Amino acid sequence: MSGPHGFDINAIRKQFPILDVEVNGHPLVYLDSAATSQKPQVVIDAIDDYYARSNSNVHRGVHTLSQQATDIYEVTREKTRAMINAADSREIIYVRGTTEAINLVASTYGRQNVGEGDDVIVSAMEHHSNIVPWQILCEEKGANLKVVPMDENGDLIMEEYDRLLSDRTKIVAIVHLSNALGTINPVKEMFQKAHVVGAVTLLDGAQSAPHMAIDVRDIDCDFLAFSGHKLYGPTGIGILYGKYDILSQMPPYQAGGEMIASVTFEKTIYAELPAKFEAGTPHIAGTAGLGAAIDFVNEVGIENIAAHEQSLLQYGAERIGSINGVKMIGTSEHRSGVISFVVDGVHPHDVGTVLDSQGIAIRAGHHCAQPVMAHFGVPATVRASFGMYNTTDEIDRLYDGVQQVFEVFG
Amino acid sequence: VNDLSDLYQEIIMDHRRNPRNEGLPKDHTHTADGFNPFCGDKVSVAVKIEDGSIADVGFKGEGCAISMASASLMTETVSGKSVDDATASFEAFRTLLTDGVGDNSEDLDIGDAGALAGVRAYPTRIKCAILSWHTFKSALDNEAAPVTTE
Repeated sequence: MSGPHGFDINAIRKQFPILDVEVNGHPLVYLDSAATSQKPQVVIDAIDDYYARSNSNVHRGVHTLSQQATDIYEVTREKTRAMINAADSREIIYVRGTTEAINLVASTYGRQNVGEGDDVIVSAMEHHSNIVPWQILCEEKGANLKVVPMDENGDLIMEEYDRLLSDRTKIVAIVHLSNALGTINPVKEMFQKAHVVGAVTLLDGAQSAPHMAIDVRDIDCDFLAFSGHKLYGPTGIGILYGKYDILSQMPPYQAGGEMIASVTFEKTIYAELPAKFEAGTPHIAGTAGLGAAIDFVNEVGIENIAAHEQSLLQYGAERIGSINGVKMIGTSEHRSGVISFVVDGVHPHDVGTVLDSQGIAIRAGHHCAQPVMAHFGVPATVRASFGMYNTTDEIDRLYDGVQQVFEVFG
Repeated sequence: VNDLSDLYQEIIMDHRRNPRNEGLPKDHTHTADGFNPFCGDKVSVAVKIEDGSIADVGFKGEGCAISMASASLMTETVSGKSVDDATASFEAFRTLLTDGVGDNSEDLDIGDAGALAGVRAYPTRIKCAILSWHTFKSALDNEAAPVTTE
């Protein structure tokens, strides 16, 4: 799929069966990949094949199927390690998604290390899933949640971040790529500063993982959270990466089977990493799908995907931004994957309904980022977000769709 | 295939452009706030009840065309009615949107608000249409907590 020209969009689109679906009598234009990406046939097949040929529990039986299931499960862990350039596959923990990954860190590392008067720092453009777990932790511990503000373009204000950092800072948890604005934050620089004051860092990679290469050792984050379903994989499977030394000091998150070395009624000895954090029967089929998704992304090439989406963003921002009565929300020079906008006098939900009537799927709402909406003084936005399969023709359809909005609400 | 003109009927667009009874009567006796966390729509409804009737009613809020037009239509529908009849209109409107009553909407005592029957074809928008009506009912019941659609 990545020929000498780098990227064959038609060949890629053929891999996604859902792109042949018609919605309200029109060919689907799917511009909601930031909510969840569509799935290529190889991912659907991998899940099917697992259930049809290899279904069994992992790490339990001596029988052949159990070994096959365990192989699938562990091979995907290794693929994930390679994808994010982690040092050791034991640093890769399977979770349900980004939300669970962050909750895991807040309730284990956070509970153990954050105390009264300490600070946890997040940014003004976090998804609710990177706000609320820390809020709960801070309330419980009498700690303070500090927020790095952003400017009118949707860029974090680094001078303010510098001011917030102190020896009370215990955790800095920052989104890599904003789901509501598309802003790419300078996380490497931010985490370097956090480490200087002795804080531990968490990178919310839910949106960045499908759009750009993430190298955890280059960025030097202590934790990374992301979801399979935004990376062309299935729902219900996600990854928490953590540095080995930190993970091994953390108490378990959930208790049960799989996470133990030995149990008596007097004392339980926990399993080694990563099993310590994988209590219960995991989403094995999800790991089969995620493994196929990672292979697929590697085959297309994340750099090719990034370049393609960057050209879509430029084309889209220019084309949609040129419409009279449309205001772009989030105009950072460093952004990717997302254009967010409002239409004068028309609520985003009405825009969404008119676009849907033409088969165009966008997200209309607050994008689980109400503080971002408050910052820009809007109740909601229309968000078009891109995946590797989107085309400039589809952006033209969006353009026509917005014109239709003006016709209906003129 | 849904036809947009069934949803955005002329009467609805008219109420959106020229909302009736916008603003809360100062001498209200009952009031409530409504909120739809799904989309951020907000509406406040205030009612002046005199001798068991809706002597005055008004709303203010922000939201989509459907929610704001519905709020305007709601105030028109209940204005001047006895509390019992207004409550019956609320029930009739809710039934219209949630259970559906086929083409019998003209039999319901909800006036022009029957134009909102088209919302039934858009399940994600039903909450938009019903928010102000729930808020009105809540004001009648004098419930203290804000209404949400969840």
